[in-house]
Amino acid sequence: MSDLQLELEILRYDPEQDQEPRFQTYSVPCQEEWVVLDAINYVKDHIDSTLSYRWSCHMAVCGSCGMMIDGEPKLACKAFVRDYVNKTVRIEPLANFPIERDLVSVLDDFMNKLRRVKPYLIRKEEKPLSEGEYRQTPAELNKYKQYTLCINCLCCYAACPQYALIPEFIGPAALTMAHRYNQDSRDQGRAQREEETASHEGVWDCAFADACSLVCPKHVDPASALQQMKITSTVDWYLEHLGMGGKKS
Amino acid sequence: MAKSNKPLVWGLFAAGGTLTAFVTPVLVYVTLMAAYGDPPAALDYENIQAFAANWLGKLALFVVISLSLWFAAHRLRTALHGLGLRADTAIAVAGYGISAVGTVLAAYYLVQI
Repeated sequence: MSDLQLELEILRYDPEQDQEPRFQTYSVPCQEEWVVLDAINYVKDHIDSTLSYRWSCHMAVCGSCGMMIDGEPKLACKAFVRDYVNKTVRIEPLANFPIERDLVSVLDDFMNKLRRVKPYLIRKEEKPLSEGEYRQTPAELNKYKQYTLCINCLCCYAACPQYALIPEFIGPAALTMAHRYNQDSRDQGRAQREEETASHEGVWDCAFADACSLVCPKHVDPASALQQMKITSTVDWYLEHLGMGGKKS
Repeated sequence: MAKSNKPLVWGLFAAGGTLTAFVTPVLVYVTLMAAYGDPPAALDYENIQAFAANWLGKLALFVVISLSLWFAAHRLRTALHGLGLRADTAIAVAGYGISAVGTVLAAYYLVQI
């Protein structure tokens, strides 16, 4: 038994057949507690099995189902259908990315940028195993914990007006991941990362529109990470140009 | 990849923005009070003159005037870019140029007092 009816206007694109994307409308009987992903799954299972989209966990952990829902980048598994009753809901792949097929975006650009910012612990010298683990206080953990919560759903890139204007911009999620490691007391790699993050394409293409933080489903607040990075990069820039410890990490 | 030199102007922008957020509303209020209201004795010409004649007063006025200009120039630059204007270099040169001239003039006139 369905509680409400949802009209989904889903973007379709098959690179082997279509010259350009088109929209196809599906009428989906939904239960009240459904999320948009349930409605899309219903389309796939009962109406049109050719529809392509990414999803996995259905609980806002995997970050696969980021898409434009009614013009806003959201996780389809976190957007409830009851918020969209009595209107046609447009479902599109994430804005600012090329379309692979239907709701599937090409994410290569982000993956390459993520690699460039070296999102892993960098030590000048690893201490031998016999000396034990690197220990951290709760306060040291708190300095970066929030930034570890990113699930790479890329809603922030779809929302970012600067990324839309400047495709070279490294962007919110990748820069936030760099910040997460910069803030980690075990890490010594900031100087290395700044080769990318302190360039024009790094934090300096951010205009602090804050859209990334507004749409982030995990409340990572990438905008705060980028503004903190701007301050650190500025201090490092002045130190470097005053000839004081420019190579410090 | 080469590091950006934007920190030079962004540092001034950030400092100016913080300062402007706190000081500008007060200055607007004080100015309106002096212009239309019944200004308290503290805002008499002699008092303001004495403040500007003092080296600490000069420094405070210089910092407020100069940083506000740098803040405004950078904010205008990013705002115009966001609004779709693509003459970034020209806007940057004009904006920062005015800020630089304003900074020099502020220093010059403050020293005269």
